[in-house]
Amino acid sequence: MSITGAARRSLRLPALPTRAVIGLAVLVALLLVSAAAPLLAPFGEAEIVSNESFGFPAVVGPLGTDHLGRDLLSRLLYGGRSTLLLALATTAIAFVVGVGAGLGAAMAGGVIDEVVSRFFDALLSFPSIVLALLMIGALGTSMPVLIGTVALVEACRVFRMARALAIDISALDFVAAARARGEGTWWLAAREVLPNALGPLSVEFGLRFTYAILFLSALSFIGLGVQPPTADWGVMVRENAKGLLYGSPAALVPAACITLVTLSVNTIVDAFADRDQDLRVPDMPP
Amino acid sequence: MAGDLNALPMMLVRRLGSGALTLLFVASAIFLATELLPGDAATAILGQDATAEGLAALRERLGLDRAPHVRYFEWLWHLLSGDLGISYGTKSPVAALVADRLWNTLRLAAFAATLSLPAAFLLGVSSAMRAGTAFDRGLSAIALTIISVPEFFVGLGLVFVFAVHAGMFPALAIVRPGQDAAAFLRATFLPALTLALAIAPHVIRMTRSNVMRGLAGPFVEMAVLKGIPRRTIVWRHVLPNVVGPLINVAALVLAYFIAGVVVVETVFAFPGIGRLMVDAVATKDAPLVQACALVLSSIYVGVNTLADIAATIANPRLRNSR
Repeated sequence: MSITGAARRSLRLPALPTRAVIGLAVLVALLLVSAAAPLLAPFGEAEIVSNESFGFPAVVGPLGTDHLGRDLLSRLLYGGRSTLLLALATTAIAFVVGVGAGLGAAMAGGVIDEVVSRFFDALLSFPSIVLALLMIGALGTSMPVLIGTVALVEACRVFRMARALAIDISALDFVAAARARGEGTWWLAAREVLPNALGPLSVEFGLRFTYAILFLSALSFIGLGVQPPTADWGVMVRENAKGLLYGSPAALVPAACITLVTLSVNTIVDAFADRDQDLRVPDMPP
Repeated sequence: MAGDLNALPMMLVRRLGSGALTLLFVASAIFLATELLPGDAATAILGQDATAEGLAALRERLGLDRAPHVRYFEWLWHLLSGDLGISYGTKSPVAALVADRLWNTLRLAAFAATLSLPAAFLLGVSSAMRAGTAFDRGLSAIALTIISVPEFFVGLGLVFVFAVHAGMFPALAIVRPGQDAAAFLRATFLPALTLALAIAPHVIRMTRSNVMRGLAGPFVEMAVLKGIPRRTIVWRHVLPNVVGPLINVAALVLAYFIAGVVVVETVFAFPGIGRLMVDAVATKDAPLVQACALVLSSIYVGVNTLADIAATIANPRLRNSR
């Protein structure tokens, strides 16, 4: 009852509160600007434009230069492209794996459900950062390893949610009716269960996306994620952190950009999620 | 009801047993992952310009040429006797290195917990009591904002304001042996505050939703009808009913303070165990990686198991369920 209600409401799309509209506008603007980085950036991604570290704004570039004398604005634009693309790819993979396994396990039941659930539970028994460090240690750090590692950490949580949703929905009358009609398991999963799980799952997608950004930039910040000279917001915070001690706030700019993205996504999600019913255990910061 | 007396010890045995199994799995996975690290003890001892013959001879002497499963059981056996091996990097026993760093991390965790838990808990309860008011909505908005901020932004921001500009606290958390308590607290105030700020919104939100759920119970309606003051209802009737989930919240926080502090330790160059593990991964120091991963995961599993047990004891209804 509540699920069909939630699905109906989400399909009719309720009037968004103002703060959610602002969040959406900021998010879309950041995505567009980052996607257009090569067109908008005044200088190259790793191009040294000045022999002055932490140069003042407006002398060379509009935001000044970083610790190696590269244009901060250009690196910020390219960095946004890297950070947002990585997080999107990670979240998308986590959802394909997590939702696929979650629906599959719930619909198949029995031994398959038991085995798949145990597998993801076992992964969840690691602190996520320790799991990530172990995988990066074993496989070395590279884009595919980073995406795979964080996607795996995320997939465990998506799996749990998708499985719980599928079990709840499968117990409803219209699924029983379809089953009585003789529809196959796959048809049931794709045509009856998945559409009714889309509302909560899209809220979850937003939350997982912000978690991916925070996790990936945390890994880059501690030096085991994206490697320089690639521009990435997490890498940029790491590179310029020393400058803070000399009074240059360059490191705070990419950190503020990350916050802007996560804050706008969280604001949008918050407008949709039913807070008083939400007893979900939130993720601790990575 | 007669079964209740036996249910509790049975539950304890079951929970502890599943915790132990989880630990065994975690240890095995860690062994497997570090097997994939390039290099072994022989290459670490002989260094870059070792000959193939020399390496082979040393491997034979150290027993590294034996099958992986033989070395696995030997490793497990050594673990149980507290021998964590020798670090490739410093050539000193891993156990001492890890113990030293773990002590630092635990002290920082205790400091951060003192700063955040009581305040966040009280804020969560008052927010639930005033649900829907400007106070509640304002606090929710602040909590949502802080949740969105990466820890390194909070940490570096605090450094920029309080260390670089105001000069009130040191930017780097320097911890020395023999330092007195006041010096330690001053050196670690900014990292502890960063951790406290990172966790407080989660605690506020979870406390609020649990108390809200308790307030919706029929016994609250009864208490209201009896004319019991609202404050008394919350403290005497609602909180004892949601103490189980709240214990879980506290456990999550402690697990996070111990196992998830890598980023904050990096910001302040704090010599904790998270930082030790990052350095071990970066230098491919397999025994050190294993030990750190094992210690962090054990604390995580242990805290969660204890919280589970505590929550079950606090809520008799959970005793007979799975």
